Amino acid sequence: MSTRTSGSLRTYLLTRLLLFIPNVLIILTIVFVLMRVAPGDPVSVARGGQLPPEQIAMLRRQAGYDRPLLVQYWEYLSGVVRLDFGRTITDSREVTQILVTNGGATLTLTLAALVVAVLIGVPLGLLAGRRRDTTLDGGVRVFGILTYAAPVFFVGLLLQLLFARTLGWLPSSSQATPIMQARVPTRTHIYLLDALLAGDTEAFFNGLQHLILPALTLGLLLSGVFLRIVRVNVVQTLRDDYVEAARARGVPERRVVIQHAFRNALVPFVTVLGLNVALLLGGAILTEQTFNWPGVGSQLVRYLQNRDYVAVQGIVTMFALAVVTISLIIDLVNAIIDPRVRY
Amino acid sequence: MATPTVPPPTLVVAPTTGRTRLRRVLRGIVRPLRESHGVARFMLVTGLAVTLLMVGLAAFAPVVAPYGFNQVADADGTRFGNHVPPGADHWFGTSVQGLDVFSRVVWGARTAVAVVLLALAFSLFIGVLLGIVAGFVGRWLDRALVLVMDALYALPALLLAIVVAFLLSEYVGGGVTTAALAITAVYVPQYFRVVRAATVSAKEQTYVEAARAMGAGPVTIMSRYLLGNVVHSVPVIATLNAADAILTLAGLGFLGYGIQPTEAAEWGYDLQRAISDAGAGIWWTGLFPGAAIVLLVLGLTLVGEGLNETTNPAIRVRRLLPVTIPRRLPEQDGEETR
Repeated sequence: MSTRTSGSLRTYLLTRLLLFIPNVLIILTIVFVLMRVAPGDPVSVARGGQLPPEQIAMLRRQAGYDRPLLVQYWEYLSGVVRLDFGRTITDSREVTQILVTNGGATLTLTLAALVVAVLIGVPLGLLAGRRRDTTLDGGVRVFGILTYAAPVFFVGLLLQLLFARTLGWLPSSSQATPIMQARVPTRTHIYLLDALLAGDTEAFFNGLQHLILPALTLGLLLSGVFLRIVRVNVVQTLRDDYVEAARARGVPERRVVIQHAFRNALVPFVTVLGLNVALLLGGAILTEQTFNWPGVGSQLVRYLQNRDYVAVQGIVTMFALAVVTISLIIDLVNAIIDPRVRY
Repeated sequence: MATPTVPPPTLVVAPTTGRTRLRRVLRGIVRPLRESHGVARFMLVTGLAVTLLMVGLAAFAPVVAPYGFNQVADADGTRFGNHVPPGADHWFGTSVQGLDVFSRVVWGARTAVAVVLLALAFSLFIGVLLGIVAGFVGRWLDRALVLVMDALYALPALLLAIVVAFLLSEYVGGGVTTAALAITAVYVPQYFRVVRAATVSAKEQTYVEAARAMGAGPVTIMSRYLLGNVVHSVPVIATLNAADAILTLAGLGFLGYGIQPTEAAEWGYDLQRAISDAGAGIWWTGLFPGAAIVLLVLGLTLVGEGLNETTNPAIRVRRLLPVTIPRRLPEQDGEETR
């Protein structure tokens, strides 16, 4: 039995890893096709009217837009393999440089949002599932639907109105006050980490204050998702045979609920996390825009406005790769911790 | 895994009159409402009421809205004034450009409903068609389509919509159609998945074999025999997707894509403008369009969830249990509900 199990785990891991390659290839192809079905070429779209025609022609040649599409497609794919996403047209930056300078802010925001979502969603879900069909359960469910129904930027706006404007407790935009940002030397491009490395506690707490509202905004969106799954799982596990068996053995109700039901209800949590990576990143774009947060999403919006195809294509590629890779990692982790996943 | 028990449309019922077919369709629509109870019924009824209210606003926008969506002065040419707080003249106040917020909200409902209906029609058509064909034909076509759809599904919805809207705005312009097409791209994979899965299991049924034995071609089998039997889970997804589409549309508008401000009123765009108002303590430009989004999404979500709880057998069984037990064993009623 044990050899079969480990064999199936190995097969699962191998299949999942092998499927990753066509998966990425197709996503890249879709991104390429989407970006190139548009008429004209990226350089003329971005710089048309600003530069004389001969200069545009030169730029086009430099960027390789005068070559056949298939050649460009090959260049794009091999570029991605070398982690080279091209150079932006409007300000001639390496696209990977955008990830380096702005990725830290996005990472800070998404991780903080995850913490908020877990802190809000899991306890509420456990509580609602335990006290199923009570007023409390109803209230929690309504809260769950509301977090879904309210767009992140509306929640952000309300939080800004309440905490930044009316109460004046918290700042409502950017990562830190400009003075603090200038004071902290940039090393990792993650502001909070840089402040810690510099040993600047004042700058660190300033950064934390700035982080609260954006993280709460994005975290609330996800907390609804977590709450739902945890609630449903608790309801189901509480009805399972082994919970009944524990009760029959005379295990105190408190222990039944906490040790038997809650622990098993949290297992599918990892899967749900994997399914919502895309939601998290999409929400991050909107949150960054709402709070003037200098992350990758805000850069994407800026380049979209400048009609910079190369930058947009590069950032979209990075986002897509991030989603696929994180899903892969979560699937693998899941297969290792939960035997039922390996089919 | 609900295998359809509905008998296939046989050729004998060919002389069906329009009346009975209409009646059957109507009964199908009302059935979830009649069969629902408890929480599911509450959700269905509340959701329907809220949704109908918003759809009503959309339909009668010219009557309800006191001003046009881009009107900054009343009939005799007096300008409204910028950032006028809510009052008798302007129920929801005016915006930074001097637009009447109430009128914007009402016209915004019209835009949202129009875009979502269009997007729903497009994505249903494409998704169901591709799903049936892929599931029925199988082989390489099926595999290729599944791979592409899975890849599309993996992309963040908003990102996909942004890219499509960005490209379409180059040559279609920033109107209702552009926004609808951008949203279509997001939701096609979901219909495709569901319909394909249903087709794969339905095509092994005996009635399909019988149809084939009678000499029915693939197109006839797909359109007459399979279509009606594989779309049963579509209404739930369609309603939930409509709710999600409202959010995607607002997200697009918030980022400055989708519908251009000169074309129509759009809630997401209004919220984008309202972010800078928030710092000055002006709450009415953001609160009302935001509340409208929440209300419409909430209504549609409640309808979708209610439908799901009444039509999805996996959940329905659980819902029915507390009702059937007290009827058989009334004396254990107290214990069972504890």
